[in-house]
Amino acid sequence: MNTLALDSSGLTAAVAVMTDGKLAAEYTVNNKKTHSQTLLPMIDEVMKAAGIEPKQLDCIAISRGPGSFTGLRIGSATAKGLGLALNIPVAEVSSLDALAYNLYGNEGCIICPIMDARRQEVYTAAYEFVPASDEGKTGSYEMKRIIAEKACPLDEILEELEKFGRKVIFNGDGVPVNRDHIVNNFKQKCAFAPETLLLQKASSVAAIGEFIYLNGKAVSADEHVPVYLRKSQAEREREAENEQ
Amino acid sequence: MEDRKDVLILAIESSCDETAAAVMKNGREILSNIIYSQIDLHTLYGGVVPEIASRKHIEKINQVVKTALDTAQVTLDDIDAIGVTYGPGLVGALLVGVAEAKAIAYAAGKPLVGVHHIEGHIAANYVEHKELEPPYLCLVVSGGHTHLVKVKGYSEYEIIGRTHDDAAGEAFDKVARAIGLGYPGGPKVDKVSKTGRKDAVTFPRAHIEGCPYDFSFSGLKSAVLNYLNSCRMKQGLDGNEIYSRKTDNPEFDGNELIDPETGVTVADVAASFQEAVVDALVSKTISAAKDFGYKKIAIAGGVASNSALREGMKLACEKEGFELYYPKPLLCTDNAAMIGCAAYYEYISGTRHGYDLNAVPNLKLGER
Repeated sequence: MNTLALDSSGLTAAVAVMTDGKLAAEYTVNNKKTHSQTLLPMIDEVMKAAGIEPKQLDCIAISRGPGSFTGLRIGSATAKGLGLALNIPVAEVSSLDALAYNLYGNEGCIICPIMDARRQEVYTAAYEFVPASDEGKTGSYEMKRIIAEKACPLDEILEELEKFGRKVIFNGDGVPVNRDHIVNNFKQKCAFAPETLLLQKASSVAAIGEFIYLNGKAVSADEHVPVYLRKSQAEREREAENEQ
Repeated sequence: MEDRKDVLILAIESSCDETAAAVMKNGREILSNIIYSQIDLHTLYGGVVPEIASRKHIEKINQVVKTALDTAQVTLDDIDAIGVTYGPGLVGALLVGVAEAKAIAYAAGKPLVGVHHIEGHIAANYVEHKELEPPYLCLVVSGGHTHLVKVKGYSEYEIIGRTHDDAAGEAFDKVARAIGLGYPGGPKVDKVSKTGRKDAVTFPRAHIEGCPYDFSFSGLKSAVLNYLNSCRMKQGLDGNEIYSRKTDNPEFDGNELIDPETGVTVADVAASFQEAVVDALVSKTISAAKDFGYKKIAIAGGVASNSALREGMKLACEKEGFELYYPKPLLCTDNAAMIGCAAYYEYISGTRHGYDLNAVPNLKLGER
C-alpha cells in the first residue's frame, strides 16, 4: 500500500511517501516561503521521486494538529482535495504524536514535544515507549500518551512531568526558545532532541498514518477537519463576555 | 463550431464567508451552483470573523464541491479545468479554496486557472445575459469593493474609479449597526428604506477634486452618525445609549422616532442614507459612460442587488438611452458560478497556473 504524508503544522513543510512500511521518499523544507506555495510542488516532486502516480495512493496521512491554524488548513485542504479526487481516506495523525515518534524506542524516558502556541503557551503532550508484547526482544515498542494533548503554559507541563520522576527528552519548535528556561527550572533530568529530530517529519506522520489506516481508523476526506486545541479569539472573547 | 467539445469548469470560491462550488458549461451555462453561507454564524459577531470563516470553509469545502459535481451529474473525469478564486479576500479563507483546488487539479490531472474575485463578479453578468459582450462600463460594488471599471475584453480591465475610504457595502454595514439594524447591513437597510422617506434628511455627496469617478463614503457615514448624535442630544440622551446595539435586534422598529421634533424615523434615516449612496454611484457611473462613450453599463457585486441602486440606475440609463445589465441577486452575492465563468474565458485564452499558486489577499484587478 502507498501512503502520502503531509505536515504543514509548523515552520517546516514536510512530505513523504511510504510504501508497505518502507520510506520511499521524503522532502522537508524549512525556509521562509509559505506552505501554500511549497506544499503541492513538493508533493509533485516526492511522488515522482518515489515513482508513484496519484492513482496508486491508498491513503493520505495528514498532520491534523495542533499547530499554526493557517498552516493546518493548508495541509488539511490539500489532503481533503486529494482524498476527494482520488476517493481515498485520510489518516488523521496528531502532530504531537508524530513529533514524539521521531524519538521512537527511548525506553524508560518520557518524550515531551513542545510546539510554540504563542500567547506564552505551548501545545504539548507526553509519551512513553513500552516494549511490545514480545518483551522487547524484537525491538518493537508501543507509543503511549501519558499526558493528553493540550495548550498550556510551559511551567504547567513541566510541573506535571516532574511528578513522574523520570528523565524527559524534549523536542518540537518550542525547544530553541525555551531550552534555557527548562534547563534552569526543570527538577528532573532532561535532554533535547538534536536538530535532525527536533521538528515535524513527514516520515513519522506516514508511519503512524499507515498504522491508523491498517487498523481501519482512517476517516473520509469529507469528514476530516484539523484539531486546533483552541477556539478562535472571537469565540473566546464572546464566551468571556457572556459569562460576565 | 458544431463539433467542438463543450468545456466544463469546476469552480471554487472561498474568499469571504461563503463556501461555494459550481460546474459551468462553456462559461455561461450553470450546471450547478452550490453555496454554503455562513452568515448566521457571523451575525453573532456583527461581522465576518476571519478565523471562524476559515474554519467553516475547511469543514464544508468537500461537501460543497461534491454536491456541485453531483448536481451537475458529472464526475471529475468530465471536467476540463479547475477554476479558483485566489484574491482579493481574506487570506485564511482564500487559502482553503486555493489548496483544495490545487490538490484536485493535481490528483485529477486537470489544468488550474486562478481567478480574480472581482473578475468573477463582473462575469456574473455574462451568466445572466447570454448576449452581453465587452466593451462596456461596469460598476462593481460590494462589502469590500467599489470600482468603476472599463471592461475592454474578457480579461482586459481598466479601473477608472475607486473608493478612497470605505467600500459602499461597508458604509451600509456601519450605518446599519448605528441605527440598530445589525449585520448584514445592505439587505436590511434596503428593506427598511422601503418604508422611509429618502428626502427626509439631506446627507452629503462627496466630490473628490481631480478624481471625477472616485468615491468616498466615510464622510457620509460620519454625517449619519453625527446626525444621530445630535438627535440624541436634543432628546437629552447621552452618548451611545440608543440606536447603537451590538448585534441584530429582532424587535427592530422602523417607525421608531429619531427626532421627535421633525418626526424623522429610523426608516427615514436609512432611506436618506441609501439615497445618498445610490446618487453618488449612479451619477458617477453615468458621467463616466458619457465621457468615455459607453452605451452599455453593467453593475456587479453584492450591493448590485440593492433595489434602490437597480431602480436609480435603470431610470438614469433609460433617460440617457443606455443599456443596463445586472445579475439576479443569487449571482450578485459571492458564488462560484461567476468564478467558473471568468475561469472559462481565462482558460480559453490560455491562462494556466502552477501548483505554487498562492492566495493574494490584495490582488489588483487585471494583474496576473
